[in-house]
Amino acid sequence: MALEEEEYFESGHRACAGCGLALGARLAMKATGEDAIATCSTGCLEVVSSPYPESSWEIPWIHSLFENSAALGSGIEAGLKAQGNDHTKVVAQGGDGGTVDIGIRSLSGMLERNHDVTYVCYDNEAYMNTGIQRSGSTPYDASTTTSPPGTESYGNENRKKDALEIAAAHGISYVASASIAFPSDLVDKVKKANEINGATYVQIHTPCPTGWGYEGKETIEIARLAVETGLWVLYGKKDGEIQNINKLNDRKPVEEYLKKQKRFKHLFKKEDGSKELEKIQNIADRNAEKFSLDK
Amino acid sequence: MVNFAGIAEPGSTKNYKTGTWRTYRPVVDFDKCIGCAKCWEYCPEGCIIELEVDGKEVYETDLDYCKGCGICSEECPVGAIEMELEEED
Amino acid sequence: MKRENREVMEGSHAVAHAVKNCSPDVIAAYPITPQTHIVEKLSQFVADGELKSEYLKVESEFSAMSACVGASATGTRTFTATSSQGLILMDEVLYNASGLRLPIVMVVANRAVGAPINIWNDHSDSMGVRDSGWIQLYAESNQEVLDMAIQSYKIAENDDVRLPAMVCMDGFILTHTYEPVSIPTKEEVSDFLPEFDPEHKLDPEDPKSFGTVGFPGDFMEFKYQQHEAMQNAKEVIPEVFKEYSEKMGREYNGLIEEYKTEDADVILISLGSVIGTLKDTVDDLRNEGEKVGLIKVRVFRPFPEKQLIDAIEGARAVGVLDKNISLGNKGALYSELLDSLYNSDITPLTINFIAGLGGRDIPESSAKKMYEKTKDVAERGYVEDEIKFVDLKEA
Ligand SMILES: Cc1ncc(C[n+]2csc(CCOP(=O)(O)OP(=O)(O)O)c2C)c(N)n1
Ligand code: SF4
Ligand code: SF4
Ligand code: SF4
Ligand SMILES: [Mg+2]
Repeated sequence: MALEEEEYFESGHRACAGCGLALGARLAMKATGEDAIATCSTGCLEVVSSPYPESSWEIPWIHSLFENSAALGSGIEAGLKAQGNDHTKVVAQGGDGGTVDIGIRSLSGMLERNHDVTYVCYDNEAYMNTGIQRSGSTPYDASTTTSPPGTESYGNENRKKDALEIAAAHGISYVASASIAFPSDLVDKVKKANEINGATYVQIHTPCPTGWGYEGKETIEIARLAVETGLWVLYGKKDGEIQNINKLNDRKPVEEYLKKQKRFKHLFKKEDGSKELEKIQNIADRNAEKFSLDK
Repeated sequence: MVNFAGIAEPGSTKNYKTGTWRTYRPVVDFDKCIGCAKCWEYCPEGCIIELEVDGKEVYETDLDYCKGCGICSEECPVGAIEMELEEED
Repeated sequence: MKRENREVMEGSHAVAHAVKNCSPDVIAAYPITPQTHIVEKLSQFVADGELKSEYLKVESEFSAMSACVGASATGTRTFTATSSQGLILMDEVLYNASGLRLPIVMVVANRAVGAPINIWNDHSDSMGVRDSGWIQLYAESNQEVLDMAIQSYKIAENDDVRLPAMVCMDGFILTHTYEPVSIPTKEEVSDFLPEFDPEHKLDPEDPKSFGTVGFPGDFMEFKYQQHEAMQNAKEVIPEVFKEYSEKMGREYNGLIEEYKTEDADVILISLGSVIGTLKDTVDDLRNEGEKVGLIKVRVFRPFPEKQLIDAIEGARAVGVLDKNISLGNKGALYSELLDSLYNSDITPLTINFIAGLGGRDIPESSAKKMYEKTKDVAERGYVEDEIKFVDLKEA
């Protein structure tokens, strides 16, 4: 078996059936191992894993607030250093909202100070825990409870914020994107991030059946389609060099990904929805160009 | 005097059986199973266990925790997992 | 009395020296006037190798307190300092630190809160966070603030308390003023303050989860435990003061300090550096034959309800000077005194003076006016104007 057998994020958590985030955390923790301390921002992951008096975490874990996971990680790293502990790893976890929006200040500070912390962002592309409101990581045109389509709207009007580039711009030595559809790659990336002495950033694409509107059994398929259409690009960036890009033999049209999810269904119903679909295809095409995705 | 506001028992959500949430139950056909562990990798609950049946390495669900999401069944490369409606007792 | 080795220095530096001798493992801070000299001095200590701390120069007060939360949860001693806008930016984390039962010590260089923006002293900042679950001590002098910093660690880290503590010192009036102080040596501090080694911490050898979801079925108990810890602090603080007095030779007695209150008809009550002015005023008035006394509130959280009632007993009128106001209501110290009095056996007449907001000077002449007004209330037997802004310009 390629992956670590031991579980550090245990069963009994209260995530919805088929939750991509729960799988993401389970895999990331396999890459982290037992000699580690994890932080967690407020959001689905924290709520489903710590219903007092129970915890899903096998390693020491702390949740403080929505927007301070990275700062918390900085403090933990400093605390360990002060105690002469040079082996315990620190993994700061956050949802996309807790990371790219409200927590970006504390993330930026942690990355800039280059703490020996691996930051893991679980990207389910909206504020799920509070009822599927849009975040800065919500993709273009996605319907959320605060970006509903209507006569004057096609859904979310902004492009998805590129938090990987923002993280990389801090000059940290490793950033990587990962997907729960590719578990070995995900685990390798988190492991690599953990091994690096200094700040690293890994963003994991974690589809959410509840928020995206599809059946729980399709979580992996949808995660895979995001990669296969070029809407979510798997890559690592080590010391500024882009590496191990997941090249695509036969890049799929974005419709194949979008049509499976209720959050995009208005694009297939609205009269001039096809124009919007083109725009989304353009986003994928630009990704393909930027990363030379097509074989 | 309690001066700790946390949880001292690691992994204690295992005390809570999410299996009761399930509508469909995954049933593995051990004859078909090739022991690839894909189902184990992809299960968000981490509730798939390895076992030996007739000297063969196969995988099966721990029904105490399985929420019946169906991911394992979708992802099994040989179609060894059927989702069957739970009988009401 | 043991030997006093006094040095003249700025209040900020005095407190930095004291903190250094407490050997915090982790310091995380962000600059804001008038706190800056404290964190600058600590930076210099670290740069010179005089202090072996991990010093995080974070990007905001919000992260300063968050980093302290993380570090404290690993079982290390932590320190930060802030003021005004910075304290308010930390607000959300303050509640979190106390809810997580982390004995972080923070010095607050008290400053007004804008708008209008104002860098000078009053107590709006720390009084605004009085419900955040932190112990709050208010210092009269530079000597007291440096002693309080050391005492605070011992109070906060006590097993029966385990709450964060805020040491409040008046911005500029104390932070930037040179006074002779005696600083306990590192050895003396170590003898007083044992190493911090909590049972519950983030430790891979014994993995625990901090900061869990508290459902309605459990949440109240957590809050009750915090409240209970505050009640325990009322016992622990005087014990810590006593031990400190014995070891360092400087007298610290209780949650409040009484000054010439014994036969007083009129008592003034306040906290912080203005106590110095009020003491001089009381001395002068006593020389003139006035029966006036003063109460200094050293500990505002937990609130010294019983001590205040005992000290006030016998007085006909009480004047409370607040350097803050809950707009639309009263000053914080005054309000809390009133609610303590309601169920007590005594019914003194009371009046609230709002003074010194945004750094407005409170000279002895103003203190005398407050006394006259309170005495007038005592003589008339009723209060006309309960909330009085002192030295307000004529419209
Ligand atoms: C300061 C603050 N603002 C708002 C909230 C409410 N809130 C809690 S979780 C959440 C959304 C979490 O979104 P994300 O980080 O993407 O995590 P997810 O639940 O989607 O996994 C929000 C808005 C909060 N807890 N704190
Ligand atoms: S709402 Fe989405 S992210 Fe949250 S627990 Fe459910 S499936 Fe997971
Ligand atoms: S995925 Fe299918 S074949 Fe592979 S181990 Fe699971 S049941 Fe067996
Ligand atoms: S149905 Fe879902 S929860 Fe149950 S074993 Fe399969 S993947 Fe796991
Ligand atoms: Mg999210």
